[in-house]
Parts: sequence; structure tokens; C-alpha cells
Amino acid sequence: MGIFEGLEGFKLTFGKLFDERVTGDYKGGRNDDEKRDKPDRMHGRHVLNRYEDGMEKCIGCELCAGVCPANCIYVRGADNPIDDPVSPGERYGFVYEINYLRCIHCDLCVEACPTQAITETKLFEFSFTNRQDAIYTKDELVVGDDGMPQHLPWEDWRPGEDEHTSAWMRATSPSGAAEYVGKVAWSGELGYGIRAPEAGQTADLAETHVDVEFEVDAAVAAASEDGGHH
Amino acid sequence: MSFLSILHALPIAVDPLFVGGVGLEEVLIVILKVVVAFVMLMVSVMLMIWFERKLHADMTNRMGPTIAGPFGLLQTLADGIKLFFKEDLIPEERGDPLVFRLAPYLTLIPAFLIFTVVPIGGDFVNGDGTVTWFGNTTHLQIADPPIGILFVLAMSSLAVYGIMLAGWSSGSKYPLFGSVRASAQMVSYEAALGLSLVAVLIKSGTLSTHEIVVGQADGWSWNLWVTGFIPFIVFLIATTAELNRPPFDLVEAEQEIVGGFHTEYSSIRFALFFLGEYMNVVTMSAIMVTLFFGGPDGPILFLDSLGWAWGIFWFLIKVISFCFTFVWFRATLPRFRYDQLMDLGWKLLIPLSLGWIVALAALEVGRDEDWNRFLVAAICFVGLMVMGFLLNSAVAAGKRKRLAGEGFD
Repeated sequence: MGIFEGLEGFKLTFGKLFDERVTGDYKGGRNDDEKRDKPDRMHGRHVLNRYEDGMEKCIGCELCAGVCPANCIYVRGADNPIDDPVSPGERYGFVYEINYLRCIHCDLCVEACPTQAITETKLFEFSFTNRQDAIYTKDELVVGDDGMPQHLPWEDWRPGEDEHTSAWMRATSPSGAAEYVGKVAWSGELGYGIRAPEAGQTADLAETHVDVEFEVDAAVAAASEDGGHH
Repeated sequence: MSFLSILHALPIAVDPLFVGGVGLEEVLIVILKVVVAFVMLMVSVMLMIWFERKLHADMTNRMGPTIAGPFGLLQTLADGIKLFFKEDLIPEERGDPLVFRLAPYLTLIPAFLIFTVVPIGGDFVNGDGTVTWFGNTTHLQIADPPIGILFVLAMSSLAVYGIMLAGWSSGSKYPLFGSVRASAQMVSYEAALGLSLVAVLIKSGTLSTHEIVVGQADGWSWNLWVTGFIPFIVFLIATTAELNRPPFDLVEAEQEIVGGFHTEYSSIRFALFFLGEYMNVVTMSAIMVTLFFGGPDGPILFLDSLGWAWGIFWFLIKVISFCFTFVWFRATLPRFRYDQLMDLGWKLLIPLSLGWIVALAALEVGRDEDWNRFLVAAICFVGLMVMGFLLNSAVAAGKRKRLAGEGFD
């Protein structure tokens, strides 16, 4: 009692010495070449997506740059060359730069994008030796011909780091709203095609499961029938 | 009369190294001792920072540094190297660049100088703590000045200047807040620190650190017991405040004033503050061991001829346990509020150690004069109780007045 009550805390902290640790070793692929699996919906390095026919999705609208709270995105749009369009439609992203010394990976750009051109991957462990390297240009951000993010020389990619990000999840169930579950709102994407819907967005999974399969089949059929969307 | 013979004439301990005159050999030995002490202190600081991070992590269910070196031991080295290559910013316009550059050394150098008077080894059970190597008999401490403890107090007061001037010369508001807090806090607790020391000095009858250790040459004559435990408690709390360590880290309270006095510091100058701070932790632990825990005193289990090495061993054990205590404080106690800090210092620690000095002195005089020991103790006890009551009611009355709005403010 009294003065010794204050010493209870010392007992507690001493006891913690023998407790289990709640944190683990950092596994960033450095020492034992092991990288921890990232959780779903993680926000990491961005990619600029392309349609299945190789067209870029970005239309240079600068909405991502406008919404960016860290002012890390710089976009300039330009008119598509008529003989060799870069993107379907009138305009395309002529310059696209993201400064990763500023980016806070809030994912607002992904939310703002009207064509789902920009999405995120789970890669977040970058290091640079100068400030110039931290600015990713469009050449580095845009997906390769296989539709997968480019594995740049200084990046350490592991399997699965380009999947199941927040944008990926939303693609199959927009806004997480139950009435949209299974309805593919996104157009086909290079490397992935039309993605299968993710489960877990609605209260009754068993019931919607059949519908989900049906909708996907229908959507795929529709997409292949009219040869895409443009 | 030569300088040495003056020293011999005084009733003080002179390092036996210089008894036969000072030649090249003696000078070399002193230089060797300084170099060894400096290197050991630097390494111990490195290990202390690692120890603190690791232990604090353990006490909060975390891992602590694991990457650099085995068990993360080289983390401090890595941090040091990183800091060394960082850009060094100096507030040229608003601040005072000269003082700004000077301040880190003002905290670092006293921390090292304090360590010079600490006996770190030697056999105090079977001998007088001296060792004989290559025909030279010496103490296992760099210097044993007759004013040993006063030197420690002087140096720990100097360290206040480092922190004060650092905050002032930054020319920025948060560092200034930090340095104002630092000066108030460190001056307040210096009083309690000095007063609790007086109890040790009354019992030991000397200022020399070597003599103080010789006087505690057996576990039961440690000043911890002899002075009655209270001075040690006061000293421990006052030291924690002197070191600006939690729960008394108002000086650099991150949540309130960014980083306090070192907000504007960067690069190697920041590293120097860091170094000085942790060196202070090690040296003040060593001082506490010297004053209250018999320094290198401890049982010699085997190998009698290596008694001095056992001294070093026990000394290290004791110092590490104090370092552990400081980390334990940090992991356990939340930071004091400023008025609580001042209350604790001025209304509890200082009166307590003052009263304890009076009681100890009375008992000491009573023993010399052959008075009735129990009577003296009883009178002391009653006197202290009365004084405590008076102080308490004075404080309570002051508080009542203040709350009623008719007092000082």
C-alpha cells in the first residue's frame, strides 16, 4: 500500500522481459533473402495499367495530381496522335511522374482515377542513392508487355506483390457495396484480363457465389464478343 | 620545498605511483591509463546505447535492434557513421555559432573527466587497492585528487552549461524552453545531489574517491548501509534528474518541445550530445557504485593473486546493474509534470537529505563524545518528525493561500 503501490509498475515492466515479443524481425529480403508476405489491400509502388490490346489507360486528366495530398504526382496530358494513338479516346498521359520521396501511399490517386489507369502494387521498400532516382517516370511506371509491373533493377520483387492490392480488390467489388458484388465494373486489363471477383464483400457468401460465377462468365463473354470496349 | 613534498605533508592520499619521483616511466603509465580509460568508456557508451535500446524493447514486448552485427550490437556504430556523414547545420544568423559549436564538448568532456576519479579495480579486501605492475605500484584509476568528490560535483555542474548554452545559442524557441527547463531542473537537483553526498562524506571523513572505497572494504561497511539507505535513494533520484533521464526528461521532452536543447543540432554535433548523455549515464553509475556500493569491493572467489581483476569484475557488475536501473526507470515511469518535478526536489528531497545530515552528524558526534546512543537517536528522530511536520504544514498553508487567491499570485 501507499508508496509501494507505485512500485507495481516496476514489477510489470520487469515481467515483460520474459514475455513473448509482439514484433518480429524485419524481413525485407536483405539478410536471409526472405521477404514477409504483405497483407491484402496494401498500398505500395504504383503502376500505370494498359488495356488488353496494349493501349494505355491513362487519359491525362490530372485528377490524380489534383487529389494528391503530398503533391507528388506530375501529369501532363496531350492529344493522341491520330495515326498512332497511345490511349483510346482523345487524350493521353504525355508526362507522368511520381516522386517517391513525397508519396505517402494514401491511395487517393487510385480512387480518383476515372479509368483505373493507376493502381498500386505491394512493393514499398525502395531505396535510392540520389533524389533523381526517387522520381519514377512514365517509362518506369507503365506495365510491361506482359501486363505485369516492370521489375526495375533496384527493386526487389517477390511473387504476389503485384496482386490483391486495394485497387485490385475494388475492381471486383466497387466500393465494397453489396449490390455490386460480382459485377465486374472494370474493363479487361493487360496481363490479367477480366479478374475474377473476390469473395468476402457481402454478408451472405454462399448465396452470391453462384451469381458471381455467372456474372463473370457473362462479362467475359460480352467482352470477347464485341472485342473489347473501344 | 618541492611540490611532491608538499603533497606528502598533507594528510591525504597521494598516488603511490609518484612517490619515488616522476620519470618517463611514470608518465607513460599515466598516458596508458588515460588511453585505456578513454577507449573503455567509448566502448561502454556504445554498449550502453545498445543495452538501453535492447532492454527497453524487451520491456515493451519488442525486438530492438537485430540487424547490425550479432544481436544488433553494432547498431550504435552504424548510427554513428550515418550521423557523421549527415549535413551539419549551424544557425549562423539567429544563433551564436561559436557557442553552438562549443556546447556539445561542454557536455561530453565533463562526463569523461568525472570518470577519471573513479577507481575501477583493485583488491580492497586483502590490500589497499593498489596494483604492482613492472615494479610500479599504482591505483586502478587515472587520478586520485584529494578533492575527488568535489571534482565530481564541479564537473557535473559544468555539464549544465553545455545543455544551457546549446539551447540558448540555437536561436530558436523550443531549444530555449529546453535549456531554461534544464537549468532550473539541474540546479534544483544539484542541491539534493550535493546534500545526499554530505552523508557519505560525514561517514567516510575524506573527499578522495580512493579513500572512500578503502573505507567500505567489506560488504557490511558499504556506505549504502552505513549512511542509512536514505542518502542513496535521494542520490539515485537526483542523479536521474541530473542526467535528464526519464522520468525527469523534461529537458528534451519530445511531445512538448520537440527535442529540447538539441532540436537544432544535427550530424556529428548531435552525436556528441548523444555520446555525452550516455557517457554521463555510465559515469554517474560508476560514481554511485563508488560512493555507496564499495566500488570494486567484492568477494574473491579463486585466483587470489588476481584480486585486482576481481575488483574490475565486481565493479562492472555493479555499474551494469545501475545502467539496468536507469533503463528500467525509463520503461516504467511516465514523465513528471514540471511543478511535480520542482515539488519533489525542493519539498521532499532537499529537506529529507538536510534532516538526514543533521541526524547523521549528531550520531557521529555522539559516538565521539560517548553520549547515550539511543538517546541521541531518539532525539534526532523526534526532531526530524517535528521538522517534517512543520515543513508539511507550511507547504499545506502555502497551497491553501494560493488556492484562496490571496497568496503570491
